[in-house]
Amino acid sequence: MIEVRDLSKRFGSTLAVDHLSFSVLPGVVTGFLGPNGSGKSTTMRMILGLDRPSKGATTVNGRPYGEIRRPLHEVGALLDAKAMHGGRSAYNHLLCVAQSNGIPRRRVGECLELVGLETVGRKRARTYSLGMGQRLGIATALLGDPQVLMFDEPINGLDPEGILWIRTLLRSLAAQGRTVFVSSHLMSEMALTADHLVVIGRGRLIADSSTTDLIARSSQGYVHVRTPDVEGLARRLRTAGALVDTDVDTMRVTGLDCAAVGELAALDHIVLHELTPRSASLEEAFMELTRESVDYRTDVTVGIAS
Amino acid sequence: MSATTTAVPGYVDTDPYRTIGLTNVVRSEWTKLRTVRSTYWTAIAAALATIGIAVLGATQYVRTFNPSNLEGFDAANFILQGLYVAQIALGALGVLTVTGEYATGMIRTTLTAVPQRREVIALKGLVYLVAMVIVGEVLAFSTFGIGEAILHLKHAGVSLSDPGVLRVVVGGGLYLASVGLLAFALGTLVRRTAGALASFFGVLFLPSALIDLLPNSWRADAIKFAPANAGTQILNTHRVHDMLGPWQGLGTLTLYGLVILLGALFLLGRRDA
Repeated sequence: MIEVRDLSKRFGSTLAVDHLSFSVLPGVVTGFLGPNGSGKSTTMRMILGLDRPSKGATTVNGRPYGEIRRPLHEVGALLDAKAMHGGRSAYNHLLCVAQSNGIPRRRVGECLELVGLETVGRKRARTYSLGMGQRLGIATALLGDPQVLMFDEPINGLDPEGILWIRTLLRSLAAQGRTVFVSSHLMSEMALTADHLVVIGRGRLIADSSTTDLIARSSQGYVHVRTPDVEGLARRLRTAGALVDTDVDTMRVTGLDCAAVGELAALDHIVLHELTPRSASLEEAFMELTRESVDYRTDVTVGIAS
Repeated sequence: MSATTTAVPGYVDTDPYRTIGLTNVVRSEWTKLRTVRSTYWTAIAAALATIGIAVLGATQYVRTFNPSNLEGFDAANFILQGLYVAQIALGALGVLTVTGEYATGMIRTTLTAVPQRREVIALKGLVYLVAMVIVGEVLAFSTFGIGEAILHLKHAGVSLSDPGVLRVVVGGGLYLASVGLLAFALGTLVRRTAGALASFFGVLFLPSALIDLLPNSWRADAIKFAPANAGTQILNTHRVHDMLGPWQGLGTLTLYGLVILLGALFLLGRRDA
């Protein structure tokens, strides 16, 4: 279990983390979601005692990180794939980390095997692809067989096979009753992996709820309608208070559900060819949620230079 | 690489209440030091420099030997001239031992594994220093043996039993370790490789270049206490007038390293890693 209480971190004039509070519970995968630069990594670094909070506190299993006796037995972390010396082999990297916490040497081989690096364990880490580096970072996190695991953007740079592998691994770690905390800026990925989501933007908590609730709450559903009389139906629906985007023979209706649209069409004897409820994509839901808190925004309008 | 892993085998920690011990960290740091190539390259460079310079210098001396040159000739010091080159290689290793961790990001892995930052870095320094004392002594004694054998061809050599000579040779190894401490301390303080190397060379070589800029009354002390001047007194068989004594000088150089290291360790606990 990870607890974050009223956590703030100031770098000069910017408040990277702003009075953040949440808990990460065991047995489920908790996604830590936010746009780039929203303070996810900083928060994770504070949980691990690497950065000191300007205000507030964090605990892992009830204790501040610095007071854990042999941290690798309680917390495993992947902060970035390159948190290792490139000139050292994977085996020796794991060995020196294991030795610092009194973890036996045979565990090094086990962990290499666990992440599928056993055949390349003697090669220098510099020669590894990004995906192999991620696997080695995960092996490092698993060395002490910890109850709490934290991964910062673990799927960055992975191929589809690697992404599937991580997703399966995260879910099986949670199924074993461990606390699994994974950051990402990809809502769609988290929707597939995480049971619970903590969403932040500009260092502030935006949402802390189960994934299904969050999607249901934040996705703006709409009704897709196909009809030969677009103009007539649009007029009718607008007078009923709906928002209507029309196309040649289709329209997108927000503010009314399928039943209401159908009934209004029937009143005016308008023929419908299609009436489908649609939910907005997850990415749209996420952007909706974090719209106010994105640091670097690009307007997606393309102008023609004159 | 296997595509999927579903079961994650654990292992049973036999003694969950044990804390991280000194030996755990020392063993870990020793593994780190012996598993990167820079350790071996710098040691080889240091060996080539000391032995090579001793052989070249002694051979030249023997070839152009003139008995009148023997007056005031410090054979032990002459043989160990290569230590001035070796100190650069081994000092660079001392810098890299710390800054390499920052440059690669390994430091974050190190400090999450052992949150007691000051202790980890202090023990890292200790492991490096012990290695430097061993490398330094092996280099000093083997170089002295080879150089002295060549000088003996003209009976210009000295023996370890001559007054002051054993101190020069033993001190030569310790001098390398003391310079290494300075380098390690600056690496810990500065954290970036380029900056730390620059400050290392600066502390070692700049004072002698700047001394002329000082007022006359300060000059004598500045010369005496400049880190390199102080440390190298141990390499003179006979004490040099107006300079610190051999052990006093080496102690002064070591003290510089220790003070910088203590300052760096203090900051280490307060800064974000």
